Amino acid sequence: MGSVKASIAYIVLASLGDVMATIFGINLFALSGQLLVGLINGSFYALLSLGLAIIFGLLKIINFAQGAMYMLGAFFAWMALNYLGINYWWALILVPLAIGLLAILMERFLVRPIANEDHLYSLLLTFGIALVLQGVFTHVYGSSGLPYQIPAELKGGTRLPFMYLPNYRAWIIVSSLVVCFSTWWVIEKTKLGAYLRAGTENPQLMQGFGINVPLMTTLTFGFGVALAGFAGVLAAPVYSVSPDMGSNILIVVFAIVVIGGMGSIGGAILTGLMMGVVEGLTKFLYPEASTTVIFLFMVIVLLVKPAGLFGKEA
Amino acid sequence: MKINKLYLFLIVVALVAPSLVYPVFLMKLLCFALFACAFNLLLGYVGLLSFGHAAFLGTGGYITGYLMLETGITPELGILAGTVGAGLLGAVYGKLAVKREGIYFAMVTLALAQLAFFFYLQAPFTGGEDGLQGVPRGALFGLIDLADNVAMYYFVLAIFIFGFWVVHRTVHSPFGQILKAIRENEPRAVSLGYNVNDYKWVAFIISSALAGLAGSTKTLVFQLASLTDVHWHMSGEVVLMTLLGGMGTIFGPLVGAGVVISIQNLLSGGELGNYIHIIMGVIFIICVLAFRSGLVGEFQKMMKKNFN
Repeated sequence: MGSVKASIAYIVLASLGDVMATIFGINLFALSGQLLVGLINGSFYALLSLGLAIIFGLLKIINFAQGAMYMLGAFFAWMALNYLGINYWWALILVPLAIGLLAILMERFLVRPIANEDHLYSLLLTFGIALVLQGVFTHVYGSSGLPYQIPAELKGGTRLPFMYLPNYRAWIIVSSLVVCFSTWWVIEKTKLGAYLRAGTENPQLMQGFGINVPLMTTLTFGFGVALAGFAGVLAAPVYSVSPDMGSNILIVVFAIVVIGGMGSIGGAILTGLMMGVVEGLTKFLYPEASTTVIFLFMVIVLLVKPAGLFGKEA
Repeated sequence: MKINKLYLFLIVVALVAPSLVYPVFLMKLLCFALFACAFNLLLGYVGLLSFGHAAFLGTGGYITGYLMLETGITPELGILAGTVGAGLLGAVYGKLAVKREGIYFAMVTLALAQLAFFFYLQAPFTGGEDGLQGVPRGALFGLIDLADNVAMYYFVLAIFIFGFWVVHRTVHSPFGQILKAIRENEPRAVSLGYNVNDYKWVAFIISSALAGLAGSTKTLVFQLASLTDVHWHMSGEVVLMTLLGGMGTIFGPLVGAGVVISIQNLLSGGELGNYIHIIMGVIFIICVLAFRSGLVGEFQKMMKKNFN
């Protein structure tokens, strides 16, 4: 028995050694490249799952249209540039506002009337909205995708000792981290955030204290969706602007939400970033599995910790 | 007694239908109606919204298509294999999915179905983007040639009636009563000593096997298994059919599938073909906002109000 164990240990060590050799010996450049791509994807995952988590906290619904709103963000940025001549920087501010406004209307006139029904209905409602939005943009712009230039200020890149870092990619990571963590800070550390958390726990009691909970709900929904719009504008220059960009990413984000659990805001952000990196690593080690690794990860989490990494047991 | 007359009437209609309507359209309708019935077993009777049922439809289709193409077995065995395969996948997916409830359940099933989608996209035996084309229909039991559309129609009708009967039997069995109890009040079912997750799991397996049966049959009808069947759009479509027809009613999925397939057929030729997803989305929104009981559900309400 002992010798069998020893030989297994030897094989494991040897193959580990092989992997290390590939990482350190040959392809540090490729590895860091894929990690960067992973971190960028992770930034988008984090923004989208953060939005979902905020909305879920107060409304207890999952916004299936979150992906469509992300797509809309990218398209609005493209339209603003091509029809109105509004540049990237203004779009980065105006587009999320416009999308937030759209979401507020959507909450007020579509989501709220069925707020007291089974939450599955609101999932189906937002799914219908997503289908309509995606359908309209496919009809008008086709499904091949539109180009969006990287803003002049962020062209070029920096040569680091082990990799080349394009400025725009660095900007994506930094700006989404800043947005994510300021959102986290506002919710966890300020008085406004305290209202929000209290509203999540017990909306009736909050209403009793004289807080306008319906208004808070509407604004929260608007903000959560605006995050998706912001992600869309950020994404426009790196991915081509196409109608199905939203649905593709949303299904992955759903898996991430299941992995992280929606119990905590910080958990949503961290899981998003982490899964992006996992995806990047997989692209380097075993590219065939890169599209499925997050789903497989979800399966493992369901087996080991069904409530999710940061979820509370129901 | 009343309901028996209705069944008799429907069977007579189904028997004479191919002389009036194009059989391939009828077969498509029956396949999707069966798919929707299978889905409704979960949503309507257990209250579980699966957003990944396309995985089972597609799995049934691919298995049957592959076996018919490569081994030349008879169609009934091909369909049986597809059904069992989808049921097995359902056993694995179901075991995972029932660990979470409500909205999470929907997201888990959607993610798992996407896993299946990428698998079929990359697997060497599925033909990737092209799918499996030119699947032979073969001869039923080696005797009856199914290349003839009318013969095929009666075969599909028999399969549909079998599937419908399975759903009907399940719903009206003691097992089905417990499923409904879980839907209505899960904590109470738990406190009565039922292992709720096991009941959900078995229901999931039955539902996925029947969805696989629908997919297998569909592959034979159209002689094609493709990625469309495993795409999340397909999962959404079956939700729409069930919602539109009336979830939790025995005929709802049938009616819903009929309406959705008819709309698609009407639009696909004409100018409005491009609007198909928009129209589906709008129907979704209207259903959820205005009539959540669906066509059959609303009809039953109306009958109750006016004739009781």
